[in-house]
Amino acid sequence: MRKGDQILDVRGIHMRFNTKGLCVRAVTDVSFTVREGETIGIVGESGCGKTTLGRCIVRAYEPSEGQVLYTTAEGETIDFLKIDKKVMKRYRKDIQMIFQDPYSSLDPRMTVYDIIKEPLQANFPKMPKREMEARVMDIAARVGLNTSYLKRYPHAFSGGQRQRIGIARALVLSPRVIVCDEPVSALDVSIQAQVINLLHDLQQELGLTYLFISHDLSVVEYISDKVGVMYLGRLVEYAPTRELFSHPMHPYTESLLSAVPVADPTVKQERISLTGEIPNPANPPSGCHFHTRCRYCTGCCREQTPPYVEVAPDHFVACHRAEELKLRGFTYDE
Amino acid sequence: MSEREVILSVRDLVVKFVLRGQTLTAIRGASLDLYKGESLAIVGESGSGKSVLTKTFMGMLDKNGFIDSGKILYNNKNLVDFKTEDEWLTVRGRRIAMVFQDPMTALSPLMTVGHQIAETLTLHQGLKGRAAKQRAIELLRDVGITEPERRYKQYPHEFSGGMRQRVVIAIAMACNPEILICDEPTTALDVTIQAQILELMKELQKDFGMSILFITHDLGTVARMCDRVAVMYLGRIVESAPVEELYRNPLHPYTRGLLSSVHRIGTKGQDRLFSIEGTVPLALNLPAGCGFYDRCHSRIEGVCNVHDPALQDVGNDHRVACFACDRCPGCAAGSVEKEVGTHA
Repeated sequence: MRKGDQILDVRGIHMRFNTKGLCVRAVTDVSFTVREGETIGIVGESGCGKTTLGRCIVRAYEPSEGQVLYTTAEGETIDFLKIDKKVMKRYRKDIQMIFQDPYSSLDPRMTVYDIIKEPLQANFPKMPKREMEARVMDIAARVGLNTSYLKRYPHAFSGGQRQRIGIARALVLSPRVIVCDEPVSALDVSIQAQVINLLHDLQQELGLTYLFISHDLSVVEYISDKVGVMYLGRLVEYAPTRELFSHPMHPYTESLLSAVPVADPTVKQERISLTGEIPNPANPPSGCHFHTRCRYCTGCCREQTPPYVEVAPDHFVACHRAEELKLRGFTYDE
Repeated sequence: MSEREVILSVRDLVVKFVLRGQTLTAIRGASLDLYKGESLAIVGESGSGKSVLTKTFMGMLDKNGFIDSGKILYNNKNLVDFKTEDEWLTVRGRRIAMVFQDPMTALSPLMTVGHQIAETLTLHQGLKGRAAKQRAIELLRDVGITEPERRYKQYPHEFSGGMRQRVVIAIAMACNPEILICDEPTTALDVTIQAQILELMKELQKDFGMSILFITHDLGTVARMCDRVAVMYLGRIVESAPVEELYRNPLHPYTRGLLSSVHRIGTKGQDRLFSIEGTVPLALNLPAGCGFYDRCHSRIEGVCNVHDPALQDVGNDHRVACFACDRCPGCAAGSVEKEVGTHA
């Protein structure tokens, strides 16, 4: 698979929700680009807007502002958020989603066969029954489901198996981009490894592009080519994985990394504890949103929102002091 | 280390559940010691029986569950013999307390946080009115809640997840328990908040000298928090050791699998994660032999599917139940008969 051609260009996404007269800015001015065949990890604490961002990109939400420029298989560039219903129908199948909870995301009253078939019926109503069946069987086998069990209902399957059903349902339309929203968080460690390996194999075989949303930093480090860190609706840092984990440039990234529990008791971690909790997104702090919890905060941070700039090749960060601070990350073996 | 004092001792515990006329054996002969002042982790996948095991220490088994045989010794008393609620109330909440997994559902939404703490104090320590309030505010302060006087009057919905978990910990700490059971206390929380809560629990343990029983499936948390680890699989303890020994030298194939299926940041990314194939079988009609047989890479046909290995001490406070452990005299000699002999 040739990595390199840009497939998504996310520009200035804003998502505002109006609730009870309050305006919650769930996502504020998020921009990044994705190349075909890449995996982009998006990390952050709950409430930081990572799921909302994912939903904006598949257009499950209509973002308040911004563009998602998508390069089609034919090489045309379209704004995924502006195209009308008819055109949408043609391209919606290109960007699919896998959900977090394999228990609530499958209809308990449909057989697994019907669950996987439904997207085909919706998108290709004229497809002959035989062909549909062949595609469902092919996908089910590919994700490691026993095809003789397809007439059963979701309750008969374990969490890991259900997540395979969710993956099959997303794959049956032959998408090019998959937004994976915490696909392994609800699973046991040994099952997590099975699903991650499956996602990895499918990417190799089918040349898929993943947007991998998770709060588990070790999973993200394992699977991603680039990682974006979100805090209170903003992308505060975005860089190639190893660069981000070894040389974080945003203080929030640094403290996130130091909070990762490492499965090795001989590693003495020096933790930078963050005091307090993530502020209310309906009433975010002034200036840099992170200044209330940042140990490097200065006067300027309280007043001015830091610009999101490229400080090193492919390394973007939004921090006034990014260039002067020497932050700690992980040390890599080699 | 013989000077360590055993505070809770479980011997050959068997717990069964009746499910639609069938009997399911959730705990299949577990043995475990908890020492005074230590933190012991119980690690295992969902369905391994770790939550059921700790529920038996509190007399909180579901109605269809019962202890079939075995002993739970605490303070020269066998908790298995407890019949009435009154007997349990001398222990539950008072000497052995519990912190639950989900801070969102563990608190009543209808009562103020302060009232919920004071309630515990009234029930167990007979504190009333102003004295209970005073103590509750102290407890809130102990668990790191700022402005405890104001927070006392608030309802759980006014607290964030991390703060609610602090309140749950305050309730558990209300009677200065000797044993604190924590059932996945940080699973529902974010990494940074998780780190804060773990820090808090370590401090409380240092200050109050209690023993902590930590149920989790997160091997990273274990490495950071605990002194000893017991690995549970299908209702049995299959391996137990001091934490550094276990991570350096895991002997049971299941423990090895668990440890290598977690990716460590900073290590050279291998192409695939190691994964244990299959899932934990349902504990109904289990075949003879080792429970891990079907998923095991080192299984010995004719031995492992016939005999069930017993927990065997292999030195360094390290115990393992596996016929292929390579460490005990029988396994090292490589003789099948002897293997069965030492793990029998």
